[in-house]
Amino acid sequence: MSVNSTILSLPEEELVHPGNRACAGCGLSILYRIGLKALGRNTILVVPPSCLTVLQGLYPIAATQLPCLNVTFASTGAAATGVIGALKALGKTDITVAAWAGDGGTADIGIQSLSGACERGENFIFICYDNEAYMNTGVQRSGTTPQGVITTTTPIRGKLQPKKDVPAIMAAHNLNYVATGTAAYPLDFYDKIMKAKTITGPKYFHLQTPCPAGWGFDPRYSVKIGRLAVESGLFDLYEIEHGEFRLTGASLKLLGKKRQPVAAYFESQSRFRALTEEMIADIQKQVDEKWAGYEQKMAKKMKE
Amino acid sequence: MSDATFACKKSHSEPGPGDAGKTGSWRVLRPIINVNLCIPAKTNKMACFNCWLYCPDGVVTRTIPPTINYEYCKGCEICAEECPVAAIQMVEETKLIKKEK
Amino acid sequence: MHIIESGNVAAASGVKLARAQVIAAYPITPQTPLTEKLSEFVDAGEMQAEYIPVESEHSALAVCIAASSTGARAFTATSANGLLYMVEQVHWAAGARLPIVMCVVNRGIGAPWTVWNDHQDSISQRDAGWIQLYACDHQQIIDTVIQAFLLAETVSIPVMVCYDGYLLSHTYMPFDVPDPDKVDEFLPAFKPAYALDPKQPANLNTVTLPDIRPDVRGNLAPGYMEIRHNLHVDLRRAIDKVAEIDARFQKIFNRGGHPFIEPYCCEDADFIAVCLGSLSYQLRDVVDELREEGLKAGVAGLRLYRPFPEQAMVELLAKAKGVVVFEKALSYGNQGALFTDIKAALYPGPARPFVKNFILGLGGREIKTADLLKTFREACTQGPASIDTPQWIGLKL
Repeated sequence: MSVNSTILSLPEEELVHPGNRACAGCGLSILYRIGLKALGRNTILVVPPSCLTVLQGLYPIAATQLPCLNVTFASTGAAATGVIGALKALGKTDITVAAWAGDGGTADIGIQSLSGACERGENFIFICYDNEAYMNTGVQRSGTTPQGVITTTTPIRGKLQPKKDVPAIMAAHNLNYVATGTAAYPLDFYDKIMKAKTITGPKYFHLQTPCPAGWGFDPRYSVKIGRLAVESGLFDLYEIEHGEFRLTGASLKLLGKKRQPVAAYFESQSRFRALTEEMIADIQKQVDEKWAGYEQKMAKKMKE
Repeated sequence: MSDATFACKKSHSEPGPGDAGKTGSWRVLRPIINVNLCIPAKTNKMACFNCWLYCPDGVVTRTIPPTINYEYCKGCEICAEECPVAAIQMVEETKLIKKEK
Repeated sequence: MHIIESGNVAAASGVKLARAQVIAAYPITPQTPLTEKLSEFVDAGEMQAEYIPVESEHSALAVCIAASSTGARAFTATSANGLLYMVEQVHWAAGARLPIVMCVVNRGIGAPWTVWNDHQDSISQRDAGWIQLYACDHQQIIDTVIQAFLLAETVSIPVMVCYDGYLLSHTYMPFDVPDPDKVDEFLPAFKPAYALDPKQPANLNTVTLPDIRPDVRGNLAPGYMEIRHNLHVDLRRAIDKVAEIDARFQKIFNRGGHPFIEPYCCEDADFIAVCLGSLSYQLRDVVDELREEGLKAGVAGLRLYRPFPEQAMVELLAKAKGVVVFEKALSYGNQGALFTDIKAALYPGPARPFVKNFILGLGGREIKTADLLKTFREACTQGPASIDTPQWIGLKL
């Protein structure tokens, strides 16, 4: 089932209260706000320590209007499992269980319990909002920090290792649904959550989440930079539904079109200042190869 | 056997606005909508609302014309940046506050 | 109904009778037969519960924490390094005031690796804010597991039921399996004060500032320090609840009567041995022999270790000349934790029997009754110790 929502078709009701502690221009705030609209009120949230813990409100006031269980950093997948198990035991089977974790809580410390929950086939939605470093603790490198990025723990040469491909790891668990999203295309994300709600088993979302403070850009460009990541072909919007990969939204429209140079994306943020021209050329080559692969796949499909 | 005096001693937060206070005070620049340019205001049609869609804090309304809750607007400027007709102007708070006083 | 089974099966039978709704566990020796049995109960449809085979102990308790927060009766079990791997969650469950029951099948902790019994695992968690109960035989295991759920749910504090690995977990003994209807009468269904519910949204265990703050209605809410203070106060108040629940259990099942400390020949004893777990039953033979020799000896098996029942302990030891504390655990660099606790309990009162400390059985080192007899006899006849450091039994240096 596919939905094609518009700005006007999104629910009016806001499920996140204003006056919260998220930074001005926070990419996560956009995704969280839209994501909760899609999830709806009949949802229980599970959240490990992350920027979202702060956004959600400090005790005893909550910015989120949905029930939420704050859990330890490594335990998100297992905690979601516990909520699902209890709901099953209590005969409440219509409630959506959704976990929201950062990249650290997903790709690093949280990957064991996430992998366990997915292997067990737990019926829940796991949303990783990837701001590509440990932002809540002050921009330390994570497993999903891209190569060359300056963080407070890769302060001079930038991160030496490439980004961990978490959606591919999750797809290897043979999930019924894996999808990407970004704060720059909220409607694409909204539609994917609506679709995920109709699919049983574990659903994994990987969201690129521009972070003004951590990435080094003016808050007003949070959406622009997210868009540039897609338009340059660095970050792709796609879904893998029952094993079938397909590009979606703006990335799908990019097939056969000219992409923005990756250099434009790197120039827009101070975290890439350690990248050399050779490195950028190398990344451009990798992106071109990736997209050549997409084009080939598409051409093959058209033939079929 | 159940004893209510032992229960309800958990960390239990309830939903409400303004956990961080009136975040409008964070603002340096105030977004002001020019209704002569704003698409829904000008055409009197439910259209566009990019400002509503992208506002991280949900302080813009999807109404004709759109309004901004200045009590909580953090002044990130995304609405101004994403407005397709440049109908949102960012004005220095200090100037406005002086005028308002 | 009396059956002859292992201690692990006794525990599993207790969990089944208690109608736990969510069970999560990760295998670790010597706990495994307990969780195998539970998975069998669930698989065979003898038990209506969600059995969740998690990928780690950290996740096992995470599942219980979340399930309990959602309103289900939750159970897990572990041993040794499994308990240590979930330590973060152990503290979390107590701070979140969740009535989870966990069996700790006591085993020594690495390094070096050992799979055999001592008490270092559960003793290392004495400050976590959990109630700790120790069982001395198979009957106590099944009875304590059932009581633990009622206790936990009454005081909103998680409970550890600890019993000796192999010595109890893998040995076969006859015990009575209580009648299910009577258990239902003893233990009503779990009704939490709040459970996660979209109709009543709340955000649990969020970040808490150092000072108190007003809630959404403008009333000041208890802060981190108040929440933690409440946990401590409620743990102290739980001592009375342990006694009440034991009395209720006794009335329905005709067993029990010693909720804090199980004494043997202590009424007129000049010298009392104190210890945790099955060792207290082994020491009964020693007491019998010393009594034959003319020494007025007794032994007290501690059933409730946290909260520490000082008053019951002081009353028991008040008339004794000497107290000998045998421990299968140690606060490294200091002394046995129970030894410290007993001395602290006696300190404010007028009664000051001498108190001696012996460390034994670490990593499953055999505890010979002859060694216990010799040590206890000498400790009594030699009188007060000149040094406060623990002596080791069975050490082969």
